Amino acid sequence: MEIPYTSKPRPDTGIYNSKVGIWLFLASEVMLFGALFSSYILLRVGAGEGTWPHGLLSIPIGTFNTFVLITSSVTVVLGWASLQVGNFGRYKVYQAITILCALGFLGIKSFEYRDKFKHYEVWLKNPITVHQGGKEVQTDRLLGHIEYQGHHPYFWSTARLAGSPEIKDKDGKVVHAAVPAVESFKFQPDPFHYTMSPKDLAHARAEAAGHPHEDIEIKSSDVKRLSAFVPSHSTFFAIYFTLTALHGLHVLGGALVIFYIWGPGAKMWKTDPQRYMNRVEVSGLFWHFVDLVWIFLFPIIYLL
Amino acid sequence: MSDHSHSHGDAHSHSPEEVSKHKKVYIAVFIALLVGTIITVWLNSVHFDSMKVTVTIALFVAAVKATLVACYFMHLISEKRMIYVILGFTTILAIALMALTLTSYAAFPNGTVQH
Repeated sequence: MEIPYTSKPRPDTGIYNSKVGIWLFLASEVMLFGALFSSYILLRVGAGEGTWPHGLLSIPIGTFNTFVLITSSVTVVLGWASLQVGNFGRYKVYQAITILCALGFLGIKSFEYRDKFKHYEVWLKNPITVHQGGKEVQTDRLLGHIEYQGHHPYFWSTARLAGSPEIKDKDGKVVHAAVPAVESFKFQPDPFHYTMSPKDLAHARAEAAGHPHEDIEIKSSDVKRLSAFVPSHSTFFAIYFTLTALHGLHVLGGALVIFYIWGPGAKMWKTDPQRYMNRVEVSGLFWHFVDLVWIFLFPIIYLL
Repeated sequence: MSDHSHSHGDAHSHSPEEVSKHKKVYIAVFIALLVGTIITVWLNSVHFDSMKVTVTIALFVAAVKATLVACYFMHLISEKRMIYVILGFTTILAIALMALTLTSYAAFPNGTVQH
């Protein structure tokens, strides 16, 4: 069965059907992200003074990724415009840049995620004295990196410090090797804490620039809680990972579709150019939407 | 259907001159988006004393950027009626969704959301 009006516009609506389709889909996407954004607002305004982390994400990386996504959006639309005048070669170049930008965005994002998985907050049973913002402060909460047996471990938690026994299945085969307990570990504290005001935080960062970390040895028995920057760390990281991972999946999906149309699907340009252009336009509309979501995500999550 | 349609759906109706004019607009929007991003990041480093000012400015710039993308990259400035109807419903429903969510704000007074 042939799908009607994929290349020619339908006389009553004046547009081809796939365009109506993509806009209906985007309408449902607005509801999906709308629900998550309003949840975010609710959680954000309900958070008590000094409990909402800020300054934990890298603004230069986030800004750079914003540029990458904006660039990919303009190349999509320029590629489509090139097809309008029959310049297939130019279109190929523009969309290749789009695909590279999409991969770049995802690469940078995964680098960012990886960085979070080995960045920690430790809650101590008793306060200790550390340097923060150029001052000696007493605190029972530290941010920083762990060094243990020459490694910077990922995904450590309070439970990891206690270790875990060997687990065997009913045939006596070891399914999970024993993990030895951690007696103590080296901690390289950041010279700031997210409970500082944005002004103090910026000051603390400037103070500490260029100075080496002062390592402290922390005994596991002194630790109340240990968490990497993972969703279970806090409401902030839960919503950060939910929103950015969902957005990342959209980037991946969009890039796959654009790649298909650009590569294996490009044969259609010879057989049905109008329908091909429509495909490029529809995938582009989705791509711009993904860009649009990021335009709001970036300031909300990285800056506020 | 009118021959003077500005819709991008009927692509063959575009002359090379028209397309190169569109391309100029796309580049201008691109530059505006870059500048918008720089402004947002720069304003953030200013550290206004009031959080409300910071939030308002950041969201205002984001809204301007989003409008540019929607109007020019997504061609909403010259679309067919049907698309506007779909988006009209979406806007109403999205606002209702947000409003309904935020009505529960009273159930979460400041400070009650768990860290």
